[in-house]
Amino acid sequence: MTGSKEFISGNEAVAMGVRLARPGVISAYPISPQTIVVEKLSEYVDDGSLAARYIRVESEHSAISAALGASALGARTFTATSSQGLLYMVEGLPFVSGGRFPVVMMNANRTIAVPWSIFNDHNDSLLLLNSGWMQVYVEDAQEGLDVVIQAFRIAEDPTVMTPVMVNLDGFILTHTYELVTIPSQDQVDAYLPPYATDHKMTLEKPVSLCIGAGPDWQTEFRYQQHGAMLRAGAVIRKADREFGDIFGRTYGGLTEMYRCDDAEAVLVTLGSITNTVRAVVDSLRAEGRKVGLVKIRYMRPFPLEDFIGLGDQVKAIGVIDKDISYGYEGTVFSNVNSALTRRRKIPATVNYIGGLAGRDISKKNIETMYRELLDMDGNAPEDRVKFVNLRWDNE
Amino acid sequence: MSNAVTINAKTLPDDELFFGHKACAGCGGSLAVRLALKVIGRRCFTAVPANCMSAVGFLYPVMPYHVNALGASFPSTAAVLSGMEAAGRALGLEDYYVVGFAGDGGTADIGLQALSGAVDRDDRIIYICYDNEAYMNTGVQESGLTPIGTRTTTSVAGAKRHGANPVKKNMFDIIAAHNIGYAATASVGYPLDYIRKITKAKEHKGASYIHVIAPCPTGWSTPTGKTVELAKEYVDTGLWYLAEYQNGEFTLNRNPKEFASIKSYVSKQGRFKTVTDADIAELERQRDRTWAKIRSEWTVKPA
Repeated sequence: MTGSKEFISGNEAVAMGVRLARPGVISAYPISPQTIVVEKLSEYVDDGSLAARYIRVESEHSAISAALGASALGARTFTATSSQGLLYMVEGLPFVSGGRFPVVMMNANRTIAVPWSIFNDHNDSLLLLNSGWMQVYVEDAQEGLDVVIQAFRIAEDPTVMTPVMVNLDGFILTHTYELVTIPSQDQVDAYLPPYATDHKMTLEKPVSLCIGAGPDWQTEFRYQQHGAMLRAGAVIRKADREFGDIFGRTYGGLTEMYRCDDAEAVLVTLGSITNTVRAVVDSLRAEGRKVGLVKIRYMRPFPLEDFIGLGDQVKAIGVIDKDISYGYEGTVFSNVNSALTRRRKIPATVNYIGGLAGRDISKKNIETMYRELLDMDGNAPEDRVKFVNLRWDNE
Repeated sequence: MSNAVTINAKTLPDDELFFGHKACAGCGGSLAVRLALKVIGRRCFTAVPANCMSAVGFLYPVMPYHVNALGASFPSTAAVLSGMEAAGRALGLEDYYVVGFAGDGGTADIGLQALSGAVDRDDRIIYICYDNEAYMNTGVQESGLTPIGTRTTTSVAGAKRHGANPVKKNMFDIIAAHNIGYAATASVGYPLDYIRKITKAKEHKGASYIHVIAPCPTGWSTPTGKTVELAKEYVDTGLWYLAEYQNGEFTLNRNPKEFASIKSYVSKQGRFKTVTDADIAELERQRDRTWAKIRSEWTVKPA
């Protein structure tokens, strides 16, 4: 079998990816816009097409805690959440990452209250960059399905042993229907063998896990965890290459560079907005404008080398942030600027805060960003943080 | 009826599965854990949330749990157990037990939601609440299970306030209200009763809950050699009772003809230093009301 094509939503694509990955345990609590994932998975368990235990937990805190317990016994484990649910899980996230358990979680990116809203931005996941989880953002439903399968392989790599949060933009991806290629089970089995590890509890050789450590050892545990995440970069690239060998689709490593080779103005994106920016790049290129796009796939580990490696001809970089760290700037912007300090030539940078709680960022908005970047001729404005589509003028 | 070997004082295994830890002298909690693990045996997965039994049990590189043990977050005990139980089944393991050891605060306060969820799902877990009636690990603060008049560091017995709130949540009733398959109360002062109940929980195919009184000399301001005696006396006063809930029925396991003196029990403990005669009268009133209900509504075993 070589798979099939189906017209499905991002949530369904993720659920199908999870089913193909053959997890042993799923624990999840419903929250919009993630619900279809957990509905589908419980349906698969019920109809026997997925041989997993589905734990109907009473909260997200318990969803992540049950996932921790399951992964501690060496079961492949999945959970899914969004926004407030992700925030309710926060305490459990460093237990999973610090305990070095390769749980995979899907997060439907949704803003955080208040003001209440169910719609998309990245204020939820970016709050948790320091949780010790890898964070990957996908552009469409196909990438969602494929990355879920890759995520298990990356997380479970013995040199990594770190959980992965797979982020899909709420509604924009979770509820939009696309034509998606569904790999065959044989292909996925060839790519993703059953999870095997020594880092688990067994009846034969009991261990203590999620232990405590004082000042004499704590630093060494953290150092190892940091090293594992840094090593993950190479594992991610390899996992994607080998995915391409079997499935014929690749996404790059920590970033995807689009038409950056001779670009003078570059926009940096996360998630679904990438699609629109890509289209604008093509139309501006047709006019002869030297514009490019850096799609950040992984916020952790951060693609430091990709930013160092951007060509010296890049004069200006705009970072689109669907989030804001109040009192400073967008979180992606901070991370990008930090990486750029490692370059010999540091481009001018501007931060576009937009898409908050689902507000549209149009092609026209993106064209305007590119034109601003090209026109500033390497000189950033004094106030580099601009809100897109604000009702009032930016002060 | 089960055909498992009955564990009693003579057949209790010599195997020690929790030792080398740093618990205080006379710690009732570590006694509750030690006895439970002797009954449950090596084929288990345990979770211990933030409490003294994890603080003294997981400090790298000294690992005193000689069974699988996971240091869980404070609210998550029962959820972690559910995950372990599900993973054991998913991996095709057989003949294993999943056990949690949480304190009174970790059960009746911060851990109540996860516990309610796991009991509602009827996951096959053994949840043991060792109750020393305050947050001892953090330095003796009032919990939902701190009894009337207790002096803790957050229920100051001073000019304005008179120790802890007058109600100790009834966790046994709360869990029974979930229609759980097996629940019991116990005391480290009655170890054979406790051991028997652990055995029953072990045999039960669904969720089980055991609430065991476990005195804390440090928090109670009592001599370290009096732990078992006080745990026994607590039951003898009628302020605590030994009971079970199974198949929708409550059973009282011990029905004293006469109660021991509450005043005498209270006077031995520094935590009750500011308890007044009026408080004792209130405790007697609460006890008598509880026992009137027990004796009229429950199956009562002879004393």
